[in-house]
Amino acid sequence: MKLTRILVAAAVVTALTAGTAAAQSTLENVKSRGQLKCGVSTGLAGFSQPNAQGKWEGFDVDYCRAVAAAIFGDPDKVAFTPTTAKERFTALQSGEIDILSRNTTWTLSRDVQLGFEFVGTDYYDGQGFMIRKDMGISSAKQLDGASVCIQTGTTTELNLADFFRSHNMKFEPVTIDTSDQAREAYEAGRCDVYTTDASGLAAQRASMADPSAHVILPEIISKEPLGPLVRHGDNNWGDIGRWVLNAMITAEEDGVTSKNVDEMKTSSDNPEVKRLLGVEGEMGAMLGLPNEWAYNIIKSVGNYSEVFERNVGVKTPLGLERGLNALWKDGGILYSPPFR
Amino acid sequence: MAVDLAERAKLGSSLWTDQRFRGLLLQALTIGLAGTFLAFIVHNTAHNLAERGIASGFGFLDVQAGYELKNTLISYGPTNTHGRAFLVGLLNTLLVAGVGVVLATVIGFILGVLRLSPNWLLSKAVYCYIEVVRNIPLLLQIYFWYAVMISLPQVRNAMDLGIGAYISNRGLQAPAPILEPGFSIVPVALLVGILIAIGLSRWAHKRQEATGQRFPSFWINVGLIVLLPVVAYLGAGRPMSFDVPKLGAFSFRGGFTITPEFVALLLALSLYTAAFIAEIVRAGILSVSHGQTEAAYALGLKPRWTMRLIIIPQALRVIVPPLTSQYLNLTKNSSLGVAIGYAELVATLSGITLNQTGQAVECIALTMAVYLTISLMISFVMNIYNRRIALVER
Repeated sequence: MKLTRILVAAAVVTALTAGTAAAQSTLENVKSRGQLKCGVSTGLAGFSQPNAQGKWEGFDVDYCRAVAAAIFGDPDKVAFTPTTAKERFTALQSGEIDILSRNTTWTLSRDVQLGFEFVGTDYYDGQGFMIRKDMGISSAKQLDGASVCIQTGTTTELNLADFFRSHNMKFEPVTIDTSDQAREAYEAGRCDVYTTDASGLAAQRASMADPSAHVILPEIISKEPLGPLVRHGDNNWGDIGRWVLNAMITAEEDGVTSKNVDEMKTSSDNPEVKRLLGVEGEMGAMLGLPNEWAYNIIKSVGNYSEVFERNVGVKTPLGLERGLNALWKDGGILYSPPFR
Repeated sequence: MAVDLAERAKLGSSLWTDQRFRGLLLQALTIGLAGTFLAFIVHNTAHNLAERGIASGFGFLDVQAGYELKNTLISYGPTNTHGRAFLVGLLNTLLVAGVGVVLATVIGFILGVLRLSPNWLLSKAVYCYIEVVRNIPLLLQIYFWYAVMISLPQVRNAMDLGIGAYISNRGLQAPAPILEPGFSIVPVALLVGILIAIGLSRWAHKRQEATGQRFPSFWINVGLIVLLPVVAYLGAGRPMSFDVPKLGAFSFRGGFTITPEFVALLLALSLYTAAFIAEIVRAGILSVSHGQTEAAYALGLKPRWTMRLIIIPQALRVIVPPLTSQYLNLTKNSSLGVAIGYAELVATLSGITLNQTGQAVECIALTMAVYLTISLMISFVMNIYNRRIALVER
């Protein structure tokens, strides 16, 4: 099934005629289709997962909805394509999806060699380890000889090998296709340790039978800037992706939320808020979008803080702190270029 | 009227009405069209890849892989290249396919013969087995066996087999032999034993053909092949020790491991394929007419000899061609091992390597080429065997 998908995607790359790729921009394609095609994960609590009604929810999903809101003014004009870590890049390369929002780490080789453009970082993460509490392990440096469950096709796989190699330790990798299967193998005791990005560990622990029986080790062994990405070669589409994210961050900086956005639109004296919400300037037109694009995002999806707290924040089962993902003025490193 | 005929004759000699020429033209056109289509696909793919800024070529095989694999037949680490990881995957594919083919054949033959057993219960039990196993998708069976493996006792409560071997859901851990200097005499003794055994069988065969006297070469040969190495081993002062697995902080250290992924895949592949082979064997045996059996009995051959000397050789020529297809199926089905994380070709080359390098077209093309080569080689060998056992008409 997964293999077929890769094959189909490869065939699609082959079959796409050169003419169509150059003639029509991604934005025009999306508009004429009336729907954004967004690649998400096959199910990761808090980030992208269908709820009981079958509606996709989560941090990564909300970014897709924000892009749809910016283009169509309607956050529901998105078709979600679940992809495994392994399939995701082929799906984007082949044009099966317009944008990939699937906790994907920004690395040089992905940016350059795979032919992608990362539009920004929406979650600053790092790789961690989870282990059963009763093993009595308190540091990742004690993991010599452990078997480790990992999801295939991730930067995690490479970091893990690097970490054990640099600490002169050995491990047995148990490489599994999706993060849910990896978690199940870990719960069944096939491996001692489960490793992925710290946010993913929190998400998987929340879905376990007894979350309190597992601890996340203090070491963070890598930098994992997660963000949405698009194909090389359509700069306007990349700009849209980048500024949708920036609009959500700027909205938080300026205190614009989904609840007060109408009021801010009419009464705010802050020039940046006015430009953001399309009261002044022609920011939308520059991007090829309606002028109230950012207003639509904030109204229907919310600003960065709302999206974070709703999906993964401290009040959710994942219980993630803002940490590095707080605004620069609150001690984090989240920073948007100005709307000007 | 005469003019008409003359004109027709003229037309008949024109190129278009010439059947041979027309045939050639159409074939040339077909080949030309197919060639153009292929060239278009290749050109278009290359163009699109270049346009999307995706590097192409097989240079990635020389790049450091950076990921770890478990249970490799050759030494492998993250500093090795993608090419080496590809080799690891290829060897793992060949391993599971090779062992699977042998196991499936043995189980399949036994089941096929039992299916024809006069014992009602036995025959019906095998019938049920075959119908259940071959009608359930293989992928589900792989998941099933993997679930069974995973629900074995946890590593801390591993089953102790007594001889230093342990079974847990991390697989089978057994003592690994360590060869010490002086061990080389043992394989030499084995080789000598086998050579003598072959010579002896030939001599016995000739003698039987010449004089009709039988010589109990089978048991003598078994003795030769087993005893000679044992004597050599003891004579050289037991030049072998064992690396016994010990429970470490996390799991067993030392010894060798057979992973649950390998066992699950092997079981699923062989049991599934054995069900098909059993039916092929049954059909083969039934294809030999009952008159042959009766004739053999009339000559005074025992039932076991009748089976071995009369029925099986004639059944084989019916069995072998479809058996080849089953071997091919088993080999290709081993690619499903990716579903449970067995590090075979699809998991390494068109799995991790594809993902880390993004060279989808190259990786998939290379994987397909490898499967094609393996399959053609199996067909080649089986065709040679098939020619040897074919009925020779004199």
